[in-house]
Parts: sequence; C-alpha cells; structure tokens
Amino acid sequence: MTRTSAPDASPSPEGEPAARTEPAPTARLRAEGLTLCYEQRTVATGLGVVIPDRSFTVIIGPNACGKSTLLKALARMLKPKAGEVYLDGAAIASYRSREVARRLGLLPQTSTAPDGITVGDLVARGRYPHQRMLKQWSPQDEAAVVEAMGQTGVLELADRPVDDLSGGQRQRVWLSMVLAQQTSVLLLDEPTTYLDIAHQVEVLNLCADLHERRGHTIVAVLHDLNQACRYASHLVVMKPGGTIAAEGDPSTVMTAELVREVFGLPCRIIEDPETGTPLMIPTARTRHFTGPGHQVNPQSVAHTP
Amino acid sequence: MSPAPEARTSAPPAPAGRPGARPRVVTGRVVRSRRGRVSLRFHGRSLAVTAALAVVLVAVVLVSLTTGDFALPVPEVLRALAGKGSGGADFIVNTLRMPRLVTALCVGSALSVSGAVLQSLTRNPLGSPDIIGFTNGSATGALVVIVVLHGSMTQIVLGALIGGLGTALAVYLLVFGGGVQGFRLVVMGIGVSALLLAVNSYLITRASWQEALEAQAWLIGSLGNRTWEHATAVGLAVAVLLPPTFLLGGRLTMVEMGDDTAMALGVDVARSRTALLLISVALAAFATAVTGPIWFIALAAPQLSRKLIRSPGSGLVPAALMGAVLLAVSDLVVQRVFSPALLPVGTATGTIGGLYLIWLLVTESRKSRA
Repeated sequence: MTRTSAPDASPSPEGEPAARTEPAPTARLRAEGLTLCYEQRTVATGLGVVIPDRSFTVIIGPNACGKSTLLKALARMLKPKAGEVYLDGAAIASYRSREVARRLGLLPQTSTAPDGITVGDLVARGRYPHQRMLKQWSPQDEAAVVEAMGQTGVLELADRPVDDLSGGQRQRVWLSMVLAQQTSVLLLDEPTTYLDIAHQVEVLNLCADLHERRGHTIVAVLHDLNQACRYASHLVVMKPGGTIAAEGDPSTVMTAELVREVFGLPCRIIEDPETGTPLMIPTARTRHFTGPGHQVNPQSVAHTP
Repeated sequence: MSPAPEARTSAPPAPAGRPGARPRVVTGRVVRSRRGRVSLRFHGRSLAVTAALAVVLVAVVLVSLTTGDFALPVPEVLRALAGKGSGGADFIVNTLRMPRLVTALCVGSALSVSGAVLQSLTRNPLGSPDIIGFTNGSATGALVVIVVLHGSMTQIVLGALIGGLGTALAVYLLVFGGGVQGFRLVVMGIGVSALLLAVNSYLITRASWQEALEAQAWLIGSLGNRTWEHATAVGLAVAVLLPPTFLLGGRLTMVEMGDDTAMALGVDVARSRTALLLISVALAAFATAVTGPIWFIALAAPQLSRKLIRSPGSGLVPAALMGAVLLAVSDLVVQRVFSPALLPVGTATGTIGGLYLIWLLVTESRKSRA
C-alpha cells in the first residue's frame, strides 16, 4: 500500500499489492509525514512508511531518489523538517541516544576505522551503548562480540589491524560491529557496495539468516533489483522526488511497467530459476547497424521507446 | 576469498574475577569484580607509558627546582615547598622557580589536550590550535591591547583570551555552513590564521618602539617572569577544563569513526562535538593568554604520546602529561643550556616542532612509498 500523501504520488501500476504484507498499525518502526531536507535541498515531502515487524524490507530506487535519506531519518541520523519517526510506539527523537542504539542498529555507507585498530577492538565498539564507565567489558560484551564475529566469519581476523584487510573483509567487520550491538532492528545502507559478487551474496545470505532464524527486522537499501527481489520479504520502491511508487511483496510489486516508470528502463520480468522470485532483464539496446551474422531480435527491442 | 589468516594465539575465555585476565578477541586486559558489576578494560602499554611520563615529569620538576644559578639540594627544596625553608631558599623556590614551573606544566598540558581533542575532531594531525588560527587570534587580541589600548599585563591576558575565543567563534561560524567537517575546519583555520598574521604585522608597524618591543616579547611565547598570578589563572583553567575532557574521551574515540557511526552507536554527536570543541578552544586560549604563543606543543605532543601508546584509545591523560613534560623540558633547556642568555621557551618548542614535522613528513612519505 502506498502511504505517500504527496499530490503526484501515483499508485503502483498493478493496483494494490497483496494484503499479505499489510503492516500492523503497531509496527515497531514507522514514519509519518516526513519532510526531509539537506540544508537547502528538499529530498522528500509527506513521506510515510511502515516497516513490517520481522520483515526483510529492501528499499530500492534510482540514484538520488532519497532512499538513503529515508533510511537516515528512520535511524534518527537526519532530523525531519516535519513529520515523525516512531520506534516501539514513541517518537524516536524522544529517546535517549543510547536507548535507541540498544534497539536499532545502523550500518552507514561510510565509516572510518581509527588508525591501527584491531578487528576485535573495532567490533567491540558495537558494545558502546551497553557499556558504562565502570562496566567496560562484561562477559556479555565478550559473548556478543565473539558471536557477531563468528556470524560474519571474521573471528580468525580478530588480532589483525583493520587497515590490512580487503574491502570485503572490512565490510564484514563493520557488519559484525553492528551485530555486536545486539539490536533486533537493523538498518543497512547499501551493505553490498564495494563488494565483489561473492561477498555481496555472502552478506545478503547472512542478513537473510538473521531475518529467518532470529526474527530480526532488517531494512536495507540495495541497488541491485534482482538481489532485492530475491531477498526481500517486503519491497519498498521509491521514485525520484522522494515518493514511494510501490511497496509490498516483491512478486506482486515488481513489474516491467514499474521499472520503466521508476527507473526509465525498458525491461522484461522473468522468473528467477533458482528462487522463483522476479528477475529483471533489461531490454537489449537498439542496434543501429548490424553486421553479417548479427540478427536483431524483434522481441528485445519491442519495449524501447 | 581472503588469504589464510595467520594462526592466532587465542587464549581460553577469561575466567571472571581473575585480575588482569587476557580477554579473547579484544586487546588489553580486563579486571572484573566477582559479581560482574564492575569490569574495567585497560591497555598495559598505555598504562606503562602514562606511568613513565609521570616519572619523567617528577624528575623534570625536581631538576627544575634544584638546579640553576643557585643549586639547592632536594631536602631544602622540599622544606621550602612546605613553607619551612630559609629565606633565600624560600624566595628562590616559591617566588622564582615554582610559578614558572607550574605555569609551564599547566600550559603544556592545556595545549596538548587542546591539540589532541582538535586533531581527533577534525580527524587531521594538522588540526591543532596553533595551525588553525586560534593562537594568532590570541596574539591579535594581545597586540590590540598593547598597541592600541596601552593596557596592563592583566589586560593583555584578557585581550589574548578574547582574541582566541573570538577567532575560534569566527572560524566555527565560517565553517558551520557545511557542518563541522574536519578538512574544512583545518583549511578555513589556516586561511584565518594567515589573515590574522597580516593584521598582527600591521599592528606592529603602527606601534612605537617601546610598544613594538613589548609586543615582540609577547609574540615569542615565554615563561620568563611568570608570577603566581599567571600560574593560578592557567592552573584554575586546567583544573576546571581537564577533568570533563578526560570524561568525554570515550566519546571522542567514537566520533573519530564518523558522525553517523558514532550516532548509530548511541553517542550524542552534536552535543559531544560542541562541548569538546568549546573545551579545546578555551584551553588553548587560556594557555596562550598567559604565556603568549608557544608553537608546536599542541601539534606534536598528542601525536608523540599516541605513537608511544599505539592503542587507538583517546589517550588524553598521557597526552596531557606529554605536553607538560615537553614544555617543562624545553623551558629547562633554554634556562640552563643557554644561560645567561634569556632565551624564550618558544624558540625551543619551535625547534622541537620543526624536527617533529620533518620526522612526520619523512615517515609518512616512507609509509606511502612502501
């Protein structure tokens, strides 16, 4: 269901998505009537979204449509000009910063590892919201860090300086830090950027595990539509101007019309042979001339404008 | 995937209650109370460096108080400090040497902590108050009092304080448009610093001979002729400002990871940043107001202590000790080695700072070539 109140918000092309993902009004994390601005530039007005509890929600959309901005607002990194984000029934701004950090974790797009810090020490910083001046390293802290590092497979790297790691290893270390925070709501801002395809799948599989086995609520911003469709239990599609074009189950939301409307990309949607989820194939480009042996497939250019 | 990681010597899980147990995964050692209510984590190397600096500090204090034109044995110095010394010893220790020493220690630690905080906040080793204009701002304030208002010593101190704080405010407002980004703060600060230097030169050209001499004496930071008045002023500033800084040290290390990450982990970034920035500016302004600009302590001391500690904690306490030691030793050197010439301490710290910068550039270029 589309919860935008902006005047130009058009309903999803396929009509209302399946009722299966109809979020409860008491969802742990939701936003109402958000107006989001960076200094002068307004990214979104009247934006509302409900993150279904225990869902693996993926936000997709073209560049600069405000998907990361929305995630930042949900994680109280960005104060909305208007509207409110609610966490567990109360405005997120009314919580103390530490209290939010015990309920909701965020993996930002970029973080800086302090010079010379070891992997273990960096992951241990995820325990900050649970620590006190006289409670600097409890047995629970240690257990949480060891478990988080085990989940992402970086336990063996504990003594290595973070500076020595590859990009993929580093991203898994940052993810462990967020896991060590032990929050049941996890927000991930493009967690697969900078990773090669194997590590992308690895990170997404890990998220899917956390979602399935632990019942964590996961919200991720992704660029790859096919990965989004494969992993999401709830898909939020944003379009330029910071409005939500469609949301719901990927198999009903993801249509060729939607992709063309939102991304301006002609495509076909087929079934993913592995999972049965929608698989988006961009239409082949129009060939202006063809050499011998090249035949233009009339099917593939059918959708080009 | 990744190359096979080196075999790790993983200690067994630390049993609770055993003092100094080596935890798994993280560095350092952990001490826990039996019930687990209290658990402290510390780094041996960091403690050792802090203790070593403290020992050096005591040694420097003793050498400063016992040697000089009139050598005094330690027991006599102690008697004088307790207020039971003979007239001569009492005068030498309590009126001549102690105020100068106390001023040096307080100014050194204030500058070093100010530099450490700013370098952390800007994530830039050049982000120290002398580089980004605060020190030149203090000088402008002092010069205005000397040249334009013909003020007294106390008024000069006040002028320098206002100049330093005003400059910090100006830099902050100029940068604020784009958020307090580290690089912008440093670049803007260097620009403001250059402008103020021009203003200072202009003020000196307007001065009479006597004013110009007075101004020049102030401009080369000096600990000479410092009385208890100076020592108390900077001592109070340090006593009030350092403890909260040490308490905020933990947040400082979190903010180093980036605003978003720190905030996601529950740090109130905006408030911590403002508080730390204010403290840092105030420390630098008070220190400079009392002694005049002393270059490079704020730049070099925190980095040197960091290099010694080698752990990514905030290290503000060892930084404070390092600043105190560096300035006291510099002052000792200019007093004893170059006597009877009255060399201001600023020349010594300038030399140390220059050598440090050369070393920094050489090691950095080696690192980047490796």
